[in-house]
Amino acid sequence: MAALLIPLAGAVLLPLVGRWPNVREALTLLCASLLFFCVATLTPAVLAGARPEWVLWEFFPGLQLAFRLEPLGMIFALVASFLWIITSIYAIGYMRGNQELKQTRFYVCFALALAATIGIAFAGNLLTLFIFYEALTLSTYPLVAHKENAEARAGGHTYLGVLLSTSIAFLLLAILWTWSATRTLDFRVGGILAGSVHGPMIGLLLALYVFGVGKAALMPFHRWLPAAMVAPTPVSALLHAVAVVKAGVFTVVKVVVYIFGVDLLKGEPSADWLLYVAAATILIASMVALRQDNLKRRLAYSTVSQLAYITLATAILAPLSLVGAALHIAAHAFGKITLFFAAGSIYTAAHKTKVSELDGIGQRMPWTMGAFAIGSLSMIGVPPTVGFVSKWYILQGALSAGQLFAVLVIFASTLLSAAYYLPVIYVAFFRKPATRGDQSGHGEAPWPMVLALVLTAAGTMLLFSLLGLPLDLAKGLVGA
Amino acid sequence: MMLLTAHLPILQVILPLIAAPLCVLLRGPRLAWGLSVLASWGCFAIAIALLRQVLAEGSVSYALGGWAAPWGIEYRVDVVNAFVLLIVSGISSVVLSGARAGIEAEVAKDRIELLYTCWLLCLAGFLGIAVTGDTFNVFVFLEISAISSYALIALSGRRRALIASFRYLIMGTVGATFIVIGVGLLYMVTGTLNMADIGARLPAVAESRTVAAAFAFLTVGIGLKMALFPLHLWLPNAYTYAPAPVTAFFAGTATKVAVYLLLRFTFTIFGADYAFATVAMEWILLPLAVLGIFSASLVAIFQLDVKRLLAWSSIAQIGYMVLGISLVSVTGLTASTLHLFNHALIKSALFMTMACVFYRIGSTQLADFAGLGRRMPWTMAAFVVGGLSLIGIPLTVGFVSKWYLILALLERGWWPLSVFVVLSSLLAVMYVWRVVEMAYLQPATSNAKPCEAPASILIPTWALVLANLYFGIDSSLTVGIAQRAAESLLGVSS
Amino acid sequence: MEALGLYNYWLVIALMMTGFYIVITSPNLVKKIIGLNIFQASVFILYISMGKVAGGSAPILADQVTLYSNPLPHVLILTAIVVGVATTAMGLSLVVRIYAAYGSMEEDDIEVMDRSETDG
Repeated sequence: MAALLIPLAGAVLLPLVGRWPNVREALTLLCASLLFFCVATLTPAVLAGARPEWVLWEFFPGLQLAFRLEPLGMIFALVASFLWIITSIYAIGYMRGNQELKQTRFYVCFALALAATIGIAFAGNLLTLFIFYEALTLSTYPLVAHKENAEARAGGHTYLGVLLSTSIAFLLLAILWTWSATRTLDFRVGGILAGSVHGPMIGLLLALYVFGVGKAALMPFHRWLPAAMVAPTPVSALLHAVAVVKAGVFTVVKVVVYIFGVDLLKGEPSADWLLYVAAATILIASMVALRQDNLKRRLAYSTVSQLAYITLATAILAPLSLVGAALHIAAHAFGKITLFFAAGSIYTAAHKTKVSELDGIGQRMPWTMGAFAIGSLSMIGVPPTVGFVSKWYILQGALSAGQLFAVLVIFASTLLSAAYYLPVIYVAFFRKPATRGDQSGHGEAPWPMVLALVLTAAGTMLLFSLLGLPLDLAKGLVGA
Repeated sequence: MMLLTAHLPILQVILPLIAAPLCVLLRGPRLAWGLSVLASWGCFAIAIALLRQVLAEGSVSYALGGWAAPWGIEYRVDVVNAFVLLIVSGISSVVLSGARAGIEAEVAKDRIELLYTCWLLCLAGFLGIAVTGDTFNVFVFLEISAISSYALIALSGRRRALIASFRYLIMGTVGATFIVIGVGLLYMVTGTLNMADIGARLPAVAESRTVAAAFAFLTVGIGLKMALFPLHLWLPNAYTYAPAPVTAFFAGTATKVAVYLLLRFTFTIFGADYAFATVAMEWILLPLAVLGIFSASLVAIFQLDVKRLLAWSSIAQIGYMVLGISLVSVTGLTASTLHLFNHALIKSALFMTMACVFYRIGSTQLADFAGLGRRMPWTMAAFVVGGLSLIGIPLTVGFVSKWYLILALLERGWWPLSVFVVLSSLLAVMYVWRVVEMAYLQPATSNAKPCEAPASILIPTWALVLANLYFGIDSSLTVGIAQRAAESLLGVSS
Repeated sequence: MEALGLYNYWLVIALMMTGFYIVITSPNLVKKIIGLNIFQASVFILYISMGKVAGGSAPILADQVTLYSNPLPHVLILTAIVVGVATTAMGLSLVVRIYAAYGSMEEDDIEVMDRSETDG
């Protein structure tokens, strides 16, 4: 359980060494590596079927603050902690390259956010998860509003407003409803709600949960995600491609599998709406992404749509699609973080944020744009990237469950994502650079950034060939 | 030692009552402060001893002057008022410990020891209200605390404080007189002033109109004292213009004691059956609570003075407590009693940060908060934690209260209201965040230097903030006590 | 007939309403205090008349007397009178301070001054 303490300790120590940037950044890297090591050592036990538990203290009578390792949380924790290392490398380059202010606060909040993420991943019951969910919202707020100008404030407003209000208004209510109906909030295989909630109430409760988890960015509560793109790119990358949004869909999967139970939802027609809302979100967000010229906003809407994939896969309720959902958490994390890294390094090197300005940039920044291409392919779901595998499982699950509607949606959205990613690659590599003298000076971004994005792009490919571990974990989710 | 423990209930009141005139005699602000801090902590120690005694042995009865209960004045301590005693004396002690610097900055030099005198008198009054088992005695202590609190408010140098204090005096006296009328009417039909005794005799005469009139007078009178919407008009000005440490003291005690009185009168004296089955009090309290929460939170959002903003939020929070009471269930009353304690911690902490700010900036206007996050990091960090607790974020006490309140609503099956409660906490997000944003994301005005408040204020403030976190993380102690209090009020044995 | 027999209560109610009316309507702070006193006096009378037993004598032990009035409400009211005096003193001293600070004790004037202070 040292996993939780490492980033926390980091957050405490960082302000002390804030005066010396080198020590500060070394400490961040040290924490990140230690955390990953810790999480990694826990993995074999979980694979072997162990479910270590750790009860901290009793929060309310009969309700503990407890942690419990299980496969899905393991995938999430592994991905988040591994990408923290890479993001730290990247952040060092980015923050120095752009001479951002208040870097100590930045690293402290980052470490806090990671602690909250690990807390979510390992939470043993809904209350624990809720606590860390709120902690994650609050610790990332300073990161979103980092620039402290009017735009950042407005973005921070939306971010905090949507996430806090949905979680307090819906999620808390849903949790309390569950508690008053069942007197337990533990995550249990097969769910805890069977027999306590009936009929259309199941659909309503599901709605409270799914919309309550605003971080899952299901429409119409997705607006915080594009708004949060005012944050510095490492924040967008780790938090809004990995930690925050994945915490959202992770919660949705957890709730569906361990609170409702797949069987309960299968038998209840009023819960079907989730599938359609997810499908609508996929399609609408893809269309919106098509029309965005700002690169980061395009990525943000693509995230909204990709997150809805995971929700969709969960809503299909077939074992294979659940495996796909779990895999897609990892796959999308690697792919999207690469894309964000690329966007950030373009901004650092060339100070460009719009797709229409990227003509010919592939020749100046071959590594960056190469990685961008790989990330895009993974998003679209082309082999040999890991995005293909997760999509494959989701499709298989949909077919086995006879959900032709879902299959159609997946095909349509694949076409759409090709339509908004390929043009970027096209203009970057095959169009002549705009001949304006003042912009000709830049080359690649600082080396830590390039290193980071090459690593994640490689990860996207490697995961395709080394599928064993995540696949075993994902199967543990349904098999157990 | 044996002797002393037997007399704890009376010592609770006597100690500040004796210390108060001594403060005047000491003729020195520092000495007076030292003495009153000592007296206040002494009260706290007594309150702890009493609570332990009550938890271990059941309620304690003390006959004043040796006159046996129905004739003489009885001091009766059960779990409910032992808990209130603990809250009141605890808040007073912590706030008073950090009050010195703030008071010296805000109050005229020659009046400082008078302020401490009034403070102790006020404390004695509050403790007396809580400890006594005699209805007329309640009135006497109510007026002791009220008159000294008018003086406390007026002691701040500003002339607006005088008007605020005067209005409070008018409203407070009307409220107290209503309570006397109610007590008189009850005496008419039962021939006794002892609470338990009235409670035992009342069912026999419950049909009479006199009892109904007494009930109405008492409810309105207590409603005035606790600033129940729409009888709250005295509160915003009184809280805004009083010296900041005094506001911190009042916020944690004055309205809480009044809520305790409401609990005591409705449940011990009239009994839940009469109040809720015969008179259907929940249909009076419930709409008022809901309206109060909603309108006061809305008003709070538009305030330009942070102290006033917090004062309006206090009115809304009273609404939560009343809401819990009007549910008439063990969980509902647990939620109310818990919130009594939790809100005392939250608001005292927040008003203490106001004391810090006022001490350095000389104003609590929202516009002057620009850039304070950098200039007063510890103070504003305390404000943020207190604010989160007010909103009800997990790991703070506010969350614990909210949890139980919503749970109680769900148990009664009052769906729309539970939705309403969560929505109203979003209003709290809005008014708290206005301040936070101003402090952290607005650049400071010119020549702003770091100016952290002195440690003498900061340490008590942070003690309150940490208590907010501690009881938010480990709520078993407070929840356990609150649950027992609720059970004893409803007469259910666990 | 019965209603008239309770004339003391009618008197109490009349006094109470008079006092309350003054408190609410009079803009003059001193008159407000006077109103408050009338209001309180009505409650004193309520208690005193409540304790009187028809035909009863003062509660002093004597051989030929068997019926006494109830002394307890009277004692209570002694306390209440003391409280009332204290409140009045507090209120009047506040009025003195207000008059010194504002130069007026009419509520309307004071409100105007307060408002202009906020605007300025």
